[in-house]
Order: sequence, then structure tokens, then C-alpha cells
Amino acid sequence: MSLLAVLIALFSLVPLGYVAYMTVATGWDTAVELIFRPRVGELLLNTVMLTVITVPLCLVLGAGGAWLVERTTLRGHRWWAVALAAPLAIPAFVNSYSWVSAVPSLEGIWSGVLIATLSYFPLVYIPAAAALGRLDPAIEQSAASLGLGSWAVFFRVVLPQLRIALTGGALLVSLHLLAEYGAFAMIRFDTFTTAIMVQFQSTFNGTAGNMLASVLVFLCLILLLAEVKSRGTARYARIGSGAPAKATRLPLRHYQLPAQLSLAAVTVLAFGVPVWFVLRWLIAGGSEVWAADEFLPALLQTLMYGAVGAAVTIVVAFPMAYLAVRRPSGFSKLLELSNYVTSSLPGIVVGLAFVTVTIRAVPGIYQTAGVLVAAYVLLFLPRALVNLRSGLAQAPKELDEAAQSLGKAPLTSFVRVTLRLTAPAAAGGAALVFLAIVNELTATLLLSPNGTRTLATEFWSKSSEIDYSGAAPYALLMILLSAPMTYLLFQQSKKVAGQ
Amino acid sequence: MKLRKNALVGIAVAATAVFGLAACGSNPDSGSAGSGSAAAGDGITVYNAQHESLAQEWIDAFTAETGIKVTVRQGSDTEMSNQIIQEGDASPADVFLTENSPAMTQVENAGLFADVDQATIDQVPAEFRPSTGKWTGIAARSTVLVYDKNKISEDKLPKSMLDLANPEWKGKWAASPTGADFQAIVSALLELKGEAATEEWLAGMKENYKAYKGNSTAMKAVNAGEVDAALIYHYYYYGDQAETGENSNNVTPYYFKNEDPGAFISVSGGGVLKSSKKAEDAQAFLKFITGKQGQEILKDGTSFEYAVGSGVDSNEALVPIKDLEAPTVDPAKLNSTQVTDLMTQAGLL
Repeated sequence: MSLLAVLIALFSLVPLGYVAYMTVATGWDTAVELIFRPRVGELLLNTVMLTVITVPLCLVLGAGGAWLVERTTLRGHRWWAVALAAPLAIPAFVNSYSWVSAVPSLEGIWSGVLIATLSYFPLVYIPAAAALGRLDPAIEQSAASLGLGSWAVFFRVVLPQLRIALTGGALLVSLHLLAEYGAFAMIRFDTFTTAIMVQFQSTFNGTAGNMLASVLVFLCLILLLAEVKSRGTARYARIGSGAPAKATRLPLRHYQLPAQLSLAAVTVLAFGVPVWFVLRWLIAGGSEVWAADEFLPALLQTLMYGAVGAAVTIVVAFPMAYLAVRRPSGFSKLLELSNYVTSSLPGIVVGLAFVTVTIRAVPGIYQTAGVLVAAYVLLFLPRALVNLRSGLAQAPKELDEAAQSLGKAPLTSFVRVTLRLTAPAAAGGAALVFLAIVNELTATLLLSPNGTRTLATEFWSKSSEIDYSGAAPYALLMILLSAPMTYLLFQQSKKVAGQ
Repeated sequence: MKLRKNALVGIAVAATAVFGLAACGSNPDSGSAGSGSAAAGDGITVYNAQHESLAQEWIDAFTAETGIKVTVRQGSDTEMSNQIIQEGDASPADVFLTENSPAMTQVENAGLFADVDQATIDQVPAEFRPSTGKWTGIAARSTVLVYDKNKISEDKLPKSMLDLANPEWKGKWAASPTGADFQAIVSALLELKGEAATEEWLAGMKENYKAYKGNSTAMKAVNAGEVDAALIYHYYYYGDQAETGENSNNVTPYYFKNEDPGAFISVSGGGVLKSSKKAEDAQAFLKFITGKQGQEILKDGTSFEYAVGSGVDSNEALVPIKDLEAPTVDPAKLNSTQVTDLMTQAGLL
């Protein structure tokens, strides 16, 4: 297990090594000149402001929504549970495309915050809802019986147990903010990633782009440290599979209407607006935008990459998650860290690293599908990891030990107990990875074999030439493909919650 | 019993996952080898930085004529030139097409182009190709300032593109500095006026301009009244006019003429890679697009770029190319690397 994890971590260091190597190879003077210039200051301000404003908004929307859905007498809470996860089916750049159609003058940081928040809050909502649904109400009941009121129970008992889910979600949101290209390019908001893409389009892997990438890596390191620090060390697992009591729901009473209205507003903005404008462009485009010889191959290729990439990612993520939960140490944190750093690099940097390394070291696999899948695995490993880790955290090792003490071989008990208990989390992780691959743009642009088009690259190509009608079928297909995955995630979170 | 069954399901799932892994090892590779070898077996690979739709029109006509299949990789000018240079002799590309010439010069300087067939060169007048014969012009485009008539009266229009760096133009004009199009205009400025003047102009531009991604979005912004003018290429305007005009009905094109740097005509290039294993087919493709049939696609198609070869006239909607009073610039001298360095220094990239 350790050996596997180390190998995977080493592999994931390829892009980071590339950036580091390029920074060193550039030479100190040139590097300083390219890093400490006013443009980098502008980008830094933009990127930091975006993160500082968007992440708290996502936390409030995500955790608040999850709490309303899982722990209050919200009417239609089953329906809302799906509705709040639904925006995940809308890729951020499709969201941006729709919002730009609605309000053509959208630009700058506040537009960036709007689109990023609406696109990414489900990344907090889903783990928060899953964790809330699975909390052992006995702990809360004990707290209440010891004299705490509802609010005190929420802040002193419930929220601390959500810590892993919330910090994990916040990290995912931050990483998305650092890596997103299409959504921000469309509203002319410059972050490090859009600036690196601009450099790439002018110079392929020029020095200035590489230097921007090293600043981005530095930002990512700061984020990761913050997450590790705030994760905490407390353990929350039930021992024994006794029937968990149903959690009690807090009566909403006269807060029912405001709650319904605010959830409706969020859903309309995050899901209604994008779907509406995609449909509007589709109708405006008529039947001629459905050129089957163009979109069918794109659809099939997207499906294939999504499925293969998701399966491989889960298999690869397991050893890491296992080490992190079962044998936590400075070493396992280091391993995880190496993956997070890689995945926080924009797809473009990972793509560039793979292009350069394959051309120079292994020309035999240059521009093959395998390289693109490998890039997807590195980019989306954390999505699988976050899920697997919280799944494993709920499968206490004592159960494994118990199975072994009853005479099962370690491997058998591992397969029958640990793997089985983490299977729902693994499926959730796979769905997230599939979603990400369907919507991935930049690495795909770089690494796809000649002639390969995915839904995302076709959508981007059309919308860049402001052929909004021509882009609409691809947007719709991406949404339709993502929708079942999002629903699966929702089902999964219910299952894990034991309902 | 239920547990057993579940375990079996679990194993089946795991087996499927492993199968998926194995499929990853073989399936996508064989998939790409399948389509790749189809491309390698009886077709050529084009690295295309020209507009996808124009390239597709050329390719469809070429394949219909010759039966030779063409696989496209889409990108932007200097991205792909740098990519080809990195790929070196291992490059899968047979043909490279660009929107502007600086990227061609870059690949030429790296020594990666084969000589263009004499028959192809004979089809293209000398002003639209480099003297070295390592690549050829395939189309041309002119710089233009599109502006909002309601915001700028004709007498207030700039005499020269250089005026756009003056303080009175602060916040009034748009450009897409990230595109190879704009960078080609800067490279012409650099060639015509020298480094110091270019640096100064770029510094003024950084103060004055509004950045958009792509010429069409810049034009759309003028049309929507977000900004007064935009420095772009001519065909975005004519292309949109020929369709619905919804992004251009409020804008007017203005040509600087008078051999101003802003009257620069940029040559789109095509070349055959030295490393190509399908050199004959690749040369045939280049000959086809510069030939009568290929150039008539420029005249009659939806690209609205100027035709350059085989004596074919350009689209009638356009201002004739000889009336544009463009400055004389040797495409072989346009330096893309220095331009991106200068623009990076100015904080535009």
C-alpha cells in the first residue's frame, strides 16, 4: 500500500518537477524579472480577492443549504436536496456563457465571484449534506440532555463534526478558482490561470508562462497548508453497526417561507439561468446546429475518456486515502500534499509538462489517449481522495480488526469490510471525476490526440468565435451527461447516511 | 447470505474497474492507433491555426478532389509554432497553417520547413510570400479600426495607429493583445518604427486600451457601446455583416491607409514540415489551397479574407487590396518572440 502510494505520488510530481525545473533553468535574474513585475501584482490581487470572497460565500450557501435540507422541517426537503446539487451539472464555462448572454456587459471581479459561487457551492453542499445525514444523533442528544440549546448543539457539536467536509469542500472550491480558465476568460477577468493560457497561446511553454505557474504553485501551497492546519485531529466514527437513530429535524415554523424563497433564488440563479439560455440559443439556432457528424464523435470520445478516467482515478486514489486515514503521519500528509499540489496546477501546466516530458523522454506515447487519461488522473485525484478519505474515516479500522480476530485473513477482511464500506464513497468520487473530465478544457486542448474533439473543446471553439447557437448543443450535451452523475452523487450521499 | 451476495457484487465491481484499467492501457491507445493509423496510413495531419471553419472548407474540397484524408489539430499561431519546434523531428504534423506570418518565420528559423514546391510558389505573387521559399502565403488580412459613429465623428478619427497611445484615447479603444492577430500588427510596428517607438506605443496602449479575448468579442463590445473603437482585422466586420449583423450593425470600419503601421496587411502562411513522411500529399494540399479552387473558397466562402494566389479576385464586398495603401513589410522579418517579450514587459501579457 505504501509503496503504491509513493509511486503514485512520484508520478504526480512530474508536472511540479517540470515547473520547478523550468524555474531553475530560467536562471535567477530572469525569474526575478518575470515574477516581480506589475502584471503579476495585478493577477495576484485578482486571484486572491476572488478566492477570499468566493470561498466564504460557497461555505455559507453549501453548509446552510445542507443544514436546511438535512436538519430542519423544510418542506420538500427531498426535492431541494437534489436541486441544490443540480448546479454541479452545469460546467462553470457554460454558466459563464449563459450569464454573458443574459448580461453582455458582465466583466471583472464581481462577475467572477457571481459565476464561481453559483458554479462551485455544490462542492461544499454535497459533502456537508452527506456528513450531516450521517452524523450520529446520539451525540447531539447527549449534548442536549446535558443542557445545551439547539444553537449551542449546532455550533459545539454539529459544526465541529462537519469540519472535514467543510475544509475539504473549501479546498476544492479554492483549487477550482485557481485552475478555472474558460469561465473567467469569457467575462474578461484575469487570474493566473487565464494569464498562463494567454502566454501559452503566444509562446507555447515560454518562460513568462512558467514563472506565472510557479507563483500559482506557491499560492496553492499556502492553501494546502491552511487546509491541513484546520482539518483537526479528532476522530468521529461509530463503532458497531447498530441501527442509528433518525436525526431530529428542527422545526422551521415562520422561517419556512424565507427558507423556501432563498433556496428557490439560489436554484434559479445557479441552474435556471444557464439552462434557460442554453435552450434559448438552441431554439435560435434551429436544426442546423445539430450536425451529427460533428457532435456524435465528440460525444462518444467524451464518454470514453470520462468512464476510463474515472475508473483509473479511483483505483489510483485508494492507496493514498487508505494511508491518510489508517496510518496518518507526516509522511502520508506529504504524499497527499504532492497530489493536491499537482491537481491545483491549471490543466494547462499539467498538459504542458506532459507534452514536454513525452516529447523529450518517451516520444512513443506522445499525443496518445493514455497520456491524456494520465493527466486527468493527476488533475482529478483530489476529488476521489476527499470522498474516499471521508468514506474510510467512517469505516473504523476496529471493524477490520474484529473481522481478523474472527479468523478472516487480512486481505479477505480488507475486501469484505473496508472496501465494502467505502464503496459508496468510491462511487461518489468516481462520479465527481467523470463530471470533471466531461467538463475539462485546457489539458484536453493540449494533450488530446490529433483529430480528437470533446464536447468541452468543441463548445469552447464555437463560443470563442461567438457562435453561441452553434455552441449550444455541446453545452446541452455536457449538462445532460453530467446530470445523471450529479443525481448518483445525491443518491450516494443518502445511502451513506443510512436512510 | 445477503452479505455474500454483496461481496460478490463488490468483486464484480472491482473486476470491472480492473477491466477499465486494462482498457485504459489498451483501448484508448488502440482507439487512437486505429484512427491515428487511418490518418497516418492514408492521410495527412494539419496543424491549423487558421480559422477552423475556413480550414474545414479547404479540407473538405481537397478530400473530395483527391481522396486524401486530413486530420486537424486546432491551435493558435505561436502556440503551434512553438509546439512544432519542441516536437522537432518527431512532429506528427505534415502541414502547418497560420493566420499570420511571424509564426511561420519562427518555424522557418528553426530549420523545420521543407522547400515549397515550385509549382505552388509560382501560383503566389512575390509580395505574399518570403523570398526563401520555405513557406507561402495562403490568404491575407488587413488591419482596421472599427468604431462607433455615434461616439467618434469622422474628423476625430486618428490619423495614425500610433495616435491611439495618446492620452485623449484613454479608455476608448479595445484590442485582443493575446491573439496572434494583434501581435502581428505589433511586429509590423516593430519592423517599421523600431524597438524604442514600439515600447513607447505599448506603454501608451497599456494605459489606454481595454482588453478583450478575441477580435470578434472586441468588435461586439464596440457594437454594444461598451467601448468606442477596436483595432482588429477587417474580415470580422464583413463576416458578421454577411450573417445577421447583430454584432456589427453599429460599427464602421476605418482603414488607416497612407502606409501607416496601422495599414499593415498580414499574410497567412502555409508550409510543409521537413519531418513529414507524407511530403507528397502535404505539398499537394498546399498547392490545392493556393490554387484556383482553394483561393475561390476565399472569394466565395464565408471567411472574407483576401485571396492571394492564382490571380483569383477577393470577395466583392471588400475594399480592394491595392486601395489599402499598406506599408511594405517583408514577412520574413517579422519577429514574434521579440514582440511577446516587449508585450510581456509592457504588462499586456
